[in-house]
Amino acid sequence: MFYREAGEYKTTYAADMAIFPIRQDRYGVALILIVAFLVIPAFGNQFFLNTMMIPFLILSLAAIGLNLLTGYTGLLSLGTGAFMGVGAYACYKLETIFPEVNILVWIIASGLVSALIGVLFGLPSLRIKGFYLAVATLAAQFFLQWCFARVPWLVNYNDSGAIEVPTQTLFGLPVTGPTATPATRYLVTLTIAAAMAWIASNIVHGRIGRMWMAVRDMDIAAELIGIRLLRAKLLAFAVSSFYVGVAGAMMVFLWFGAAEPEAFNIDLSFQILFMIIIGGLGSILGAFLGAAVIHLMPIALRAVPAMVGLSIDAARIDQLTLMITGALIIAFLIVEPHGLARLWQTVKQKLRVWPFPY
Amino acid sequence: MDLLRAIFIGPLAQMIAAPDLLAQTIWEGFVAGVLYSLIALGFVLIFKASGVFNFAQGIMMVFAALTLVGLHEKGVPAWVALILTIAVMYGLALAIERLVLRPLVSQPDIILFMATFGVTYFLIGFGELLFGGNPKSMITKELLLPDGAVDLHILGGKVQLQKLDITAAAIALIMVLSLAWFFQKTRIGRALRAVADDHQAAQSVGISLDQIWVIVWFTAGVVALATGIFWGARSDVSFALQVVALKALPVLILGGLTSVPGAIVGGLIIGVGEKLGEFYWGPLLGGGIESWLAYFIALAFLLVRPQGLFGERIIERI
Repeated sequence: MFYREAGEYKTTYAADMAIFPIRQDRYGVALILIVAFLVIPAFGNQFFLNTMMIPFLILSLAAIGLNLLTGYTGLLSLGTGAFMGVGAYACYKLETIFPEVNILVWIIASGLVSALIGVLFGLPSLRIKGFYLAVATLAAQFFLQWCFARVPWLVNYNDSGAIEVPTQTLFGLPVTGPTATPATRYLVTLTIAAAMAWIASNIVHGRIGRMWMAVRDMDIAAELIGIRLLRAKLLAFAVSSFYVGVAGAMMVFLWFGAAEPEAFNIDLSFQILFMIIIGGLGSILGAFLGAAVIHLMPIALRAVPAMVGLSIDAARIDQLTLMITGALIIAFLIVEPHGLARLWQTVKQKLRVWPFPY
Repeated sequence: MDLLRAIFIGPLAQMIAAPDLLAQTIWEGFVAGVLYSLIALGFVLIFKASGVFNFAQGIMMVFAALTLVGLHEKGVPAWVALILTIAVMYGLALAIERLVLRPLVSQPDIILFMATFGVTYFLIGFGELLFGGNPKSMITKELLLPDGAVDLHILGGKVQLQKLDITAAAIALIMVLSLAWFFQKTRIGRALRAVADDHQAAQSVGISLDQIWVIVWFTAGVVALATGIFWGARSDVSFALQVVALKALPVLILGGLTSVPGAIVGGLIIGVGEKLGEFYWGPLLGGGIESWLAYFIALAFLLVRPQGLFGERIIERI
């Protein structure tokens, strides 16, 4: 009754094509942004910011990146973890070679390095499709991970083989390294994630997004209507790897503070893939919802026994968490195979026509 | 020039200079390849019959081996434990069909693929809950598997063959042959092939999809158990073994997702190629190239044949 288009008059084409055509949606997004930018950093404690919000945003960004490739262009990738690693190591190298340049510049630049490598490993996608393409991206995953472990130049020849983040400041406040406060890091993460999500949303709603979706639905047909497959697929690989690379750089610089090659293993790739499948393939909102479920669900499950006063030892909790996570993944898929984003669409449609059934 | 020499001439000279070492390396690769083939076989069986890319195959292998060892630790005699484990695998197939596949029937491939990840997580948690997370050693003696080695004095040197590896290769061969016979000659085997060909046509002649799925998942479970016993005997039985299952992916892709002979040939190519590459060319790159070489071999084959060596030809229509 309250949530509907009726009574909202569009007078321009731009208004008609807006991402959020309904007024209540715009209010809702504005409210979420206000809470995220003002309320959470003011009242969130260290645990909440460090283990929940910062990882959630960074993983969401990586999931958006993978969703551009898998959800919008239909190219399955299992190398996300390694491309995050490329971003992280590139950022570390650039940062240590030119320490005087602003860290944000390097975080973005490391995305470009990752995009370049992504294009390189995307080349076989012209010939290989479906699950067969997954092996090309697995080659990237294992080869790049091997490089992180075996090429000492990448870690500046230090003995530990791990990268450590130096302290960097922005407007006089430390944003990376051990002295940065969680609130500062959270705000920087949020700004980058929000800006990039906005850009991604614009890309997929425009000409490029339509081109990608045409390729996803049937690439030969897309070619026949004049889409150049080489360009479309490589562009998808480039943009996706850019997002994933930036997320990787942020993961090390704003969340972990230090990282070993093992941090970018195949489990991370699979985790990001789960996020977009649970959240919804081909949806920006889905990437956020999926990241929330996959990252926050285990944290919540671990907190439950303590809350209800049961004392179970830690190993047992881990095992139960794994079992419940597995069962919930299957349950989610059975309830809504198209992901949480589709569930949200259904709810919205119901609200729109309420109190009538249709 | 030196680099080219190191890449092309050096390793070949090494091979010719020590043929016994070459034979040993090829044998090791062959055995690893046989075991990769067995894992890939489990994947192929399920993919053919139900179109599910079963990521849980690796974990089914570990789970089966763990159940066997765990039951034995609890005091069950080895052979009884083996039979009980087979029964457990049947129960698992039944549960997966009823709880996972049936509600998700006719969903896109990637959704079913994702569901097998759910199964993977569940089985890891469940297995650790029942049998603990510590690595265990396989009960090779109790299962009357031979140990020790056979030394062959050929090619001007010594080639050592582990008896266990020979047994593994023999059992793999028997398994593949009996599966081939099962597919070609029995009633159920024919039904399986019909389902693999076309679900709807198979249903229309009165084949029950549900039953067929239970049977293939159970068969894949038994293959997983055999694989688990031999991998478990080569290293410890723990969930770290599931990494091996990832190695089966290039094998599968190389052979073609729908082909049983493809899984075997693919496994052998990857196994031998990987060991030769690691042994002769690995030192040039600083070692450890085994982790990614298999994927590059598969990729190279795929660029020539995008559907794998024995896969069905991909026909695209608009």
